[in-house]
Amino acid sequence: MRHIISILLENESGALSHVAGLFAARGYNIESLTVAPTEDESLSRMTIVTRGSDEVLEQITKQLNKLVNVVKVVDLSEAAHVERELMLIKVRATGRDREEMKRMADIYRGRILDVTETTYVIELTGTSAKLDSFINALDAGLILETARTGVSGIGRNDRILKI
Amino acid sequence: MMISGAEIVIRCLQEEKVEYVFGYPGGSVLHIYDELFKQDEIKHILVRHEQAAVHAADAYSRSSNRIGVAMVTSGPGVTNAVTGIATAYSDSVPIIVLCGQVPTAFIGQDAFQECDTVGITRPCVKHNFLVKDVRDLAVTLKKAFQIATTGRPGPVVIDLPKDITAEKCEFQYPSAVAMRSYNPIVKGHLGQIKKAAQLIAEARRPIIYIGGGVILSDSAPRLTELARRLNFPVTNTLMALGGFPGTDRQNLGMPGMHGTYEANMALHHADVILAVGARFDDRVIGNVKHFSTEQRKIIHIDIDPSSISKRVKADVPIVGNVADVLDEMLKLLDEGLATSPDLPSWWAHIEEWRGVHGLAYRQQEHIMPQFVVETLYEVTRGEAFVTSDVGQHQMFAAQFYKFDHPRRWINSGGLGTMGVGLPYAMGTCFANPGRPVACITGEGSIQMCIQELSTCKQFELPIKIVNLNNGMLGMVRQWQEMFYSRRYSQSYVTSLPDFVRLAEAYGHVGMKIEKPEDVKPALERAFTEHRDRLVFMDFIIDPTANVFPMVASGKGLTEMVLAKDL
Repeated sequence: MRHIISILLENESGALSHVAGLFAARGYNIESLTVAPTEDESLSRMTIVTRGSDEVLEQITKQLNKLVNVVKVVDLSEAAHVERELMLIKVRATGRDREEMKRMADIYRGRILDVTETTYVIELTGTSAKLDSFINALDAGLILETARTGVSGIGRNDRILKI
Repeated sequence: MMISGAEIVIRCLQEEKVEYVFGYPGGSVLHIYDELFKQDEIKHILVRHEQAAVHAADAYSRSSNRIGVAMVTSGPGVTNAVTGIATAYSDSVPIIVLCGQVPTAFIGQDAFQECDTVGITRPCVKHNFLVKDVRDLAVTLKKAFQIATTGRPGPVVIDLPKDITAEKCEFQYPSAVAMRSYNPIVKGHLGQIKKAAQLIAEARRPIIYIGGGVILSDSAPRLTELARRLNFPVTNTLMALGGFPGTDRQNLGMPGMHGTYEANMALHHADVILAVGARFDDRVIGNVKHFSTEQRKIIHIDIDPSSISKRVKADVPIVGNVADVLDEMLKLLDEGLATSPDLPSWWAHIEEWRGVHGLAYRQQEHIMPQFVVETLYEVTRGEAFVTSDVGQHQMFAAQFYKFDHPRRWINSGGLGTMGVGLPYAMGTCFANPGRPVACITGEGSIQMCIQELSTCKQFELPIKIVNLNNGMLGMVRQWQEMFYSRRYSQSYVTSLPDFVRLAEAYGHVGMKIEKPEDVKPALERAFTEHRDRLVFMDFIIDPTANVFPMVASGKGLTEMVLAKDL
């Protein structure tokens, strides 16, 4: 099962490596990891997408909670939540493909951020599945470069991760 | 008044009532050593290798429940200390390790004796700190002591760049530091405890399975009271020897790979297991699948939530400090908790199992290692502090020395670090002056930290080294004999030193014992005539002796190999 784990941790040097090191040492998998400070600068919020059985997930959350600089841990995917990932993708846009790329970007509600005679940089936001689907929809030979942020997520309704 | 970072370190240690620092100086810690020189409250114990400093600090903690402190220099000082830190981490022992570091401006420049201390130690510490501002120093030290000793204890490393120890600031030592990200649970959930009590009352084939948590939380008296009032059998792991008296009728001995027949059978066939501060590790329950074949209820008390349902699913998990949870359970007993009337028939079963194998061994022409441990027990009347290294001798010690008190058995259970025995004996001596301390070891292990014989001389530590010398890496040899068709690859040790002359060269007493009838007189002389000296007793033992019973790796608990089967 795929899980999205959100973590509030002390915004201090070494905190990130404690979390990343834990995943490596215990053989847990990381599909994506993203981290940035919150509105409270002393705290960072990290979002990790991982896969594992219920038992493994139970261990992951317990082990994360054990880390001294981790303040709070929630498994967002346990309940209603919103998840988004941002992708910047540079594609070849020449000849007939130029028009096709524009159309594809429109269909996926992407925005073209940069234009040259031969390329576009398209910004696309959505679930990871949507980004995957966009990539699959393009002719692989036309994709020059992709940069994805990894998933960020937040609980719906009054599920709030805060101290 | 402004004082230097180095002085702050020393003042903090004094505030924490630290008696000893085990360490080894070097460039990056010289400011601290200079401050150490200017005071006499804290005594420094100069070891001969940093690994031994950490092991000694570790044993100081284990044998006294006062925190051990080690200090090493940057780079190789730290890397040498890592084995000691990992050893303490595996057994959840609280220690503080102060590490020198190159000046902050040099960090990351591949400076002389620089290493990434927080990076290298991260996976084997409870927490670590790199101090980057002298104004954070006192608070960091306070946090370190708090983190090391509370919750599930463990080692904390503090990395101290040299410039930080030179800079000055006002000193104020906080009495406590609140950490929003660190709040270990102490009290167990009362509802869960009541559920546990219900299972205990209904249990027809119960067993109490205790681990190191009983020792670490100083709960041996409570656990003993609970077990006796319930009249439940008790099995204690390698880490829990002394947590329940070894000579008690209710004690079945150790479970697991080299556990007793009765302990393994009872643990496997129990209908309710009350696990207290134990973690169902692979050496204890063997094959998890096999263990799960039996229907049973498991009550699991542990301070670390991640230890619960890690390998075996708990039916009633109780997260909390063992001492607090046991207190609550004793209260429920006072309120009239009754136990099943079927207990006598369960005990009858257990007595049958007891009769099957026991810990018998055959006396041979050679000295048997079991006989040496038994005699040590007799000569010390069971009152010695016993440290051990890792291997066959460790298992013989655990099986044959009956510990009636906690914190008397000091060994590396989790990491299984060869070489700990002698430095463990040193730390134990400092924590328990005037008490008998024996180090049960083998000719393989003892050579891994043999240089500490020099430290022992400097501080006149009256350790009694019981070297069970079979000229073999015994445990390796046993596995090769049983599982590798007797291909003894690299398990035979040639060119052994003459341990008697070696001991004498270091200024100690050496003895070589080759006949069974000389075992007792030698031990008696060591503990009387040479009471105040370190005595190295080199027992030449039967090289074919093996440890039984044995649950082979990957096998189930009831699939034991017994000595009589061979």
